[in-house]
Parts: sequence; C-alpha cells; structure tokens
Amino acid sequence: MTDALLQIEGLSKRFGGVVASDDISLDVPKRELHAIIGPNGGGKTTLIGELAGEIVPDDGRIRFDGDDITGLSIYRRSALGLARSFQITSLFLDFTALDNVALAVQAHSGHSFRFWRNARRDPELREPACAALARVGLAQRADVMVANLSHGEHRQLEIAMALATKPRMLLLDEPMAGMGPEESARMVRTLRELKQELTILLVEHDMEAVFALADRITVLVYGRVIASGTPEAIRANVEVRQAYLGEQEVAGHG
Amino acid sequence: MTAWFTLRNVVVAGLLIVLALVPVYASVTGNAFLMTLFTRIVILAMAATSLNLILGYGGMVSFGHAVYLGFGGYAVGILAQEGMASGFLQWPMALAASALFALIVGALSLRTRGVYFIMITLAFAQLAYYFAVGLERYGGDDGLTIQRRSQFAGLINLSNRTVFYYLCLLLLVGTIYLVWRLANSRFGLVIQGSRSNDRRMQAIGFPTYRYRLVSFVIAGTICGFAGALLANHTGFISPAIMHWTRSGDLIVMVVLGGMASSFGPLIGAVALLVLEETLPPLIRLIAFPFVEQPVALKISEYWQIVLGPLFLLVVLFARGGINGLLKAVGRD
Amino acid sequence: MLLVLEQCLNGLQFGLLLFLLAAGLTLVFGIMDLVNLAHGSLYMVGAYFAATFTAWTGSFIVGALLALGATLIVGMAVEVIAMRRLYGRDHLDHVLGTFGLILFFNELVRIIWGPAGMSLQLPGWLNAWIEILPDLEYPTYRIAIIVTALVVALFLYLMVMRTRLGMLIRAGASNREMTGALGININLLYTIVFGLGAALAALAGLMQAPIQTVQIGMGENILILAFVVIIIGGIGSIRGAFIAAILVGLIDTLGRAFLPDLMRLFMSSRGASQVAPALSSMLIYLLMAIVLVVRPAGLFPVSNK
Repeated sequence: MTDALLQIEGLSKRFGGVVASDDISLDVPKRELHAIIGPNGGGKTTLIGELAGEIVPDDGRIRFDGDDITGLSIYRRSALGLARSFQITSLFLDFTALDNVALAVQAHSGHSFRFWRNARRDPELREPACAALARVGLAQRADVMVANLSHGEHRQLEIAMALATKPRMLLLDEPMAGMGPEESARMVRTLRELKQELTILLVEHDMEAVFALADRITVLVYGRVIASGTPEAIRANVEVRQAYLGEQEVAGHG
Repeated sequence: MTAWFTLRNVVVAGLLIVLALVPVYASVTGNAFLMTLFTRIVILAMAATSLNLILGYGGMVSFGHAVYLGFGGYAVGILAQEGMASGFLQWPMALAASALFALIVGALSLRTRGVYFIMITLAFAQLAYYFAVGLERYGGDDGLTIQRRSQFAGLINLSNRTVFYYLCLLLLVGTIYLVWRLANSRFGLVIQGSRSNDRRMQAIGFPTYRYRLVSFVIAGTICGFAGALLANHTGFISPAIMHWTRSGDLIVMVVLGGMASSFGPLIGAVALLVLEETLPPLIRLIAFPFVEQPVALKISEYWQIVLGPLFLLVVLFARGGINGLLKAVGRD
Repeated sequence: MLLVLEQCLNGLQFGLLLFLLAAGLTLVFGIMDLVNLAHGSLYMVGAYFAATFTAWTGSFIVGALLALGATLIVGMAVEVIAMRRLYGRDHLDHVLGTFGLILFFNELVRIIWGPAGMSLQLPGWLNAWIEILPDLEYPTYRIAIIVTALVVALFLYLMVMRTRLGMLIRAGASNREMTGALGININLLYTIVFGLGAALAALAGLMQAPIQTVQIGMGENILILAFVVIIIGGIGSIRGAFIAAILVGLIDTLGRAFLPDLMRLFMSSRGASQVAPALSSMLIYLLMAIVLVVRPAGLFPVSNK
C-alpha cells in the first residue's frame, strides 16, 4: 500500500528472554485513526517506543511517508512530522503550561542558537502555543505551573505539545489514562476533530473511546498481531474475545 | 515601582553598592586587605556565575569547572614566563585554551548523564591537575610565580589595585548580564528544558546534545577569563586550583547563593568568603563575655565546621539557596 | 623480571586496598542508589582512629579493631542522621549533600586531631621482609594487606551469596518496594549496609596509613579512584569492583614503575622523566573513558529494578 503514511514491516524486539515485538506488520493510511489494543504487557508501549525512536528493533522496517526511519534519531523523527505523547506524563514540571507548548513550537521554528532575545516574549513562539492550548481547552491555564495542573490537564497538555510540533501523524500512548468520564469525553471530542487533519495511531485501554474513534483496530497480544481490521470485525473476532475474556476472568479472580 | 522593592532586590542592590564603594572605603581607611579580599570575591563570583549557566540552568553538575581557572591562569603564567607579558596575547590565549578544553571535555562527557557525567568531569579535572603537576618547567607541584601583571601597552595599568578592581567588577557585572540574557533566550530555554526533561526535549524535536555542548564551552571560556584575572590578582598559579575540591567550592557558592538565579552565585561567593574572614573575629567578639579567651579563640577558628552541615541543610530544605530564602521571606 | 613481579605484587596490594574502598561504595550505590562522596571521609576517619588507638593501646592489632568498631558506629550515625534524608532524591542532591559532609569531616578532624597529620608506626614483626622467592624479599606488611584483603573479599562474597543478610541485600538491590512490602525492616537493612561500607573504608584507610601519612583530605584523592573502579566494574557489582580494582591497581602501579623506561624508548631521558609521571597518573582515567564509551554499564553490570 503506497498510500500508507506509516508502514511497519516485520518489527521484532527481544528483551533478554521476553519477546516484546513479534514480527509486527501493519499499515496506516493518511487520515486514518488506527487504534492498537491488547492486554497489558502485550507490547503496545514497546511498539510506540520503536516508532518514536527510543527503542531500536532487532528486526524489521519502519517507513514514514516512504522514507525508512528505522534507525533515525528521536528528534529527527519529530522534524519529519511524527509527534508522540507519553503514557506516563512527561512534561516540564517547573515551567508553565504555555512555556511547555512554546518549547514544542520552538523546536520547529528553526535552530535555537539565538542568545539574546527573551524567548518568553517572542510572539513567533507564544502565539502558536496559545492556539494549541486553546485547541485542547487549556487556554485559561496557560500561566499555571505544570506541577500544579490536574492529571487530566496534564493529558490535555500532552496533546497540545504534540500538536505544536506541526505533525503529520500523532502517536498517542494511552492519552486517556487515569481520566474520569467527563475528561475522557472531552478528549474523545478533541481527537475526533484532530482526526480530520491528522493521521493518528492510538494506543488505548478505554474501549468506549476506541470503538467511538477508530477507523481500524489492531490487537496486540504478547507482541504479536492477532487481528487487524474494522471495529466490527474486531468485535466479532473469536480470538480477540478470548484474549480479553481470558483477561477479564483472571481479573475477576484477582 | 514599589513592586521592585522586595527584600531580595534591596539586598542585591545594597550588595552592588557596597562592591562599588569598596575601593573608596579601602583608601580612606588604608585597609589594603579589604581590596585584596573583595577583588578575590568578585573574580570568584564571576567564575561561579559561569558555572551557574551549566549547573543552575542546565543541571550539568561539573566537578571540573575550576580547571578553567587553571587554564586561564596558566595561559597568563606560561606566557609571562616565556617573556610574553602582553595581555593582548595572554588573555585571548586564556580564552582559547579554556574553550578548547571545554569543547573536548564536553564532547565526551555530555554523552553521559547523571553520576557518570559527574565522574567524567571529575576525572578530567584530575587529568588536568596531574598534567599541570608534571609541568616541571612551569613550577610543577610548587606552582609558578607571575612577576608582572598582564601588560596592555599603556591602555590600562593593572598594577593599580583600584583600576584592576573596577575592571574585575565591570567584568563580573557584564558576566551576570550575559548569563541572564543567555538563560532567557531561545538557547537558554533549550538548556533549561534539557535539565527539566531531556527525554521530552528530544521527543519534541530538539537535538539537545549540541546545545548543551555550546553552553558548556561558553561557561568554560568565561571561567577561563576569570582564571586569567585571578592569576593577575595573586601573582601565582599552581595545579592546586584545578583540584576537584576547588570545583566543589564553586558548586557550593552557586548552590548556597541560589541556583538558576542571576545574583545567586555572587551572593554565594560573598557569603562564603566574607564569612571566612569576618566570622572568626565576630565570634570572638560575641563569645568573649561568655567564655574564656582561649575557648573563644578556638570557636572562632573552627566555625567552618558548621559550613558542611549548613550546606547539607540548604541542599535538603532550601533549594533556592539564599536568594530563594530572600524571595520567600520578602513575600510574607 | 623480579622487579616486574615485585611491582605486580605492589599493584595487587594497591588494587585490593582499592577494592575494600570500592566495595563499600558500590554496595551503597547499588542498594540505596546513593552517591556518597563522603566515603573518602570514612576512610580518613578510620585511619585517624587507628593512629590514635594504636598509640593508646600500644598494639596495632587492637588499635585497628577498635578503629573498625569506632568507624562502624560513626558510619551508622551518619546514615541515620544525614543519609536517610537523601534517599530517593536526585543524584545531584546526593553529590551536593555528601560534599557538605566532606567539609564537615575535614573540619571535625582538624578540630580533634589538629591540622598536622599523624603517623602510624608498625609493630616490629610487621615491619620486616619475607623472602617469597630466592632473591626476592617483599615487605611483610604488604603481604599482610594482601592476605587480609583477600580474606575480607572472600567473607564478603560468602556473606552476600550465602547468608540471609546477603539475600536481603540482593533483594533490596533488585526490588526495594517489594522487600519493604515483605515486612523486612528496610531502614535497619540500609543502616547495616552503610555501616558495613564504612567499616570496609576504615579498613582500607587504616591499612594504608602506615604506608602513607594520615592527613586531612587523604580521602579525597583516593575516592576518585574508587569511583573509577566502580564505574569500570559496574555500579552495584562487588565482583566487578574486585576485578576492576585489581586491574586499576596493576595498571596504575605498573604504569608508574615502567612508563618512564618505556617513554625513554621514544624520547630523551629528560623528556621522559617529565612526561611519564603525568601520563601514568592519567592512564586510569583514560581507561575509564574507554570503558564508558565501549561498555557504559561497566564490565559486570548489575541488572536493575
């Protein structure tokens, strides 16, 4: 599929004796919201790590818009338009929300070997940052120290920062982790809007959100793709039900 | 306008005024020692301010920063020894040598993080130290006396203590201003962001290594400048200035005074060196009515013992240092 | 040839001494994740105690044992009072905080023992030579150091691998929370480990004392070598510290002994005698730099929590 923005071919990774990625292959065409689901430990975070550049796969290829990015450094992938949000909040805690997003804007506004002008007063950085914050509904909280924001606001900020880097594709690692129903609903609305301009790879546990948003779903168990297709097909898939049903049974006895 | 009059701002302004008036006071009272002390304070404050750029703002704990004091000093000393007393040659050499060494050390060390980084900078400090000890021609372990101050072809006479002092003060203020501008620029925000969360910086697209390397070189170069000044001031340079515990002293100044603040390093330098000189007689004075003379004498000699635990307390509970405390108290 | 053997023994002795120092450092770093710059201060305190107690009791052995006990107590006191507040914090905080402790100990020693150093005299029976090979006489004392250090190393190994305490130590190293959850008194465990490290440092200090003078700041110079050893060996690994320490000891000693002659092959005698000492001091750091580039986790990395 030459149409695909992201092409993953035969991605494999072992950590000692554990197989984290087992010959994963999938394609994500432009403007698709592709969800990755699966039980914990299934290899979803490893996959994001490999796509973002933090984990080097043992085998396989990753192609972004036709270019092989398998060995590319983390910051260069961002430059190509691949933005990533973190599962465990990873923000600049001692800066304000606006500062955080402005940094993301700055990263894509040419080089930063500028030693004199006060960067916090630079409209070239501040304005796009404000816009990104407004997009996720955090405009009022722009001048609050990130350490003082709520968990839900952290997750929103993660998205804002990813957006500020002018991406073509978003890799979202459990953006709704730890969110209450209201916040989750707002996040779903935001993602639905973003879907229209961006390609999104979404790793999530929140099944309601997944089935509400996803164009296609891939199920990852023990690092292997056991099913991939439309939400209806996945819902009906026997193996998938077993994998999840099995987990639910265990959870019931836990 | 009234918003400016915070406790901290008043203290800092007062400090700057005091520094500006030291030569006046010294000449009126004939106290040459005061000039010597405060010249030293000003020069070390400049070194500490340069360290603040990478330590306070950048989170790079370099236990090898005093090495640049050595490089600057030896540039002056070695050239003077070889008959080249011209400051126009010595000072650029001091800067160049420091910048080059900082580039090499930084290029290798900044590939590592955390305690490994600290250890490598420490190791490089020892390398420089042992190398200087091996320089028999230039005094080796005993050090090198510098007969004349750097000559500037009549443009400025550094042998005049007052002139020299004001030059150092000017350079200190210039350094504080420069570091302030750097810290708040785009460049500075990259350094600060890298300290806060380097992983995130890379994820949003910053090649952080090169920025941190540049900051490392800038800091080392400024410190080299301070080293050239120090060598002129003391008329002497030895490997001891490069020992890692000297770098520790600079770190103490920065942390005690207040990391990532413009005037913190100056406050720290003043606090440390002034205390060293004035506390013993002060203690003697205070203790005299209460304890016998010999005991008071002993106490004043050994006051430094509180410095260690005090520093530990600052690290644990007062991370903003004295500057932070002033701000906090001023708010109430 | 005999000269080489003698220098090898010297290197082994120095290396074993470094091991004693590094073992405590790597234990504390590996288990409590604590970077302790003041470890060198405990080394110094151990030497000072030994000098004093030996002078009081007239016996080197008794003085040494008392010094070990005294430093053990000092170490545990430091752990309870100061170190506990540092656990879980940034490594920078450790470095800064323990640097403050270095300042404190240096001043404390200055107050109690004065600014001049002390010397520690060996008893006659140790101050002799043993003929280990025909034509090679080697100082008895250095043999004693080697034997003692090896015995202690063996004891450490047995303790960590075979005893319950050792098991707790290894468990604590790989999973702090779990060990705590199992009801083990983590606080006590940490205090004991730190005390053990202090005792090892003291042993190194008091054994080194007769060879070099006992003076303020003696810990700072050797501390760096200890850190180099644990970085080369792998942080948290006692086995790594052992191998790395011997390696460092041999390279340093042999380098100092033979580098001048080696340099003379390439340059003038004067040049060689100038360059060689500096170069031989630098060898260890070059080794560390190489290891950090090739195997950043050290030669025997310990898998982490």
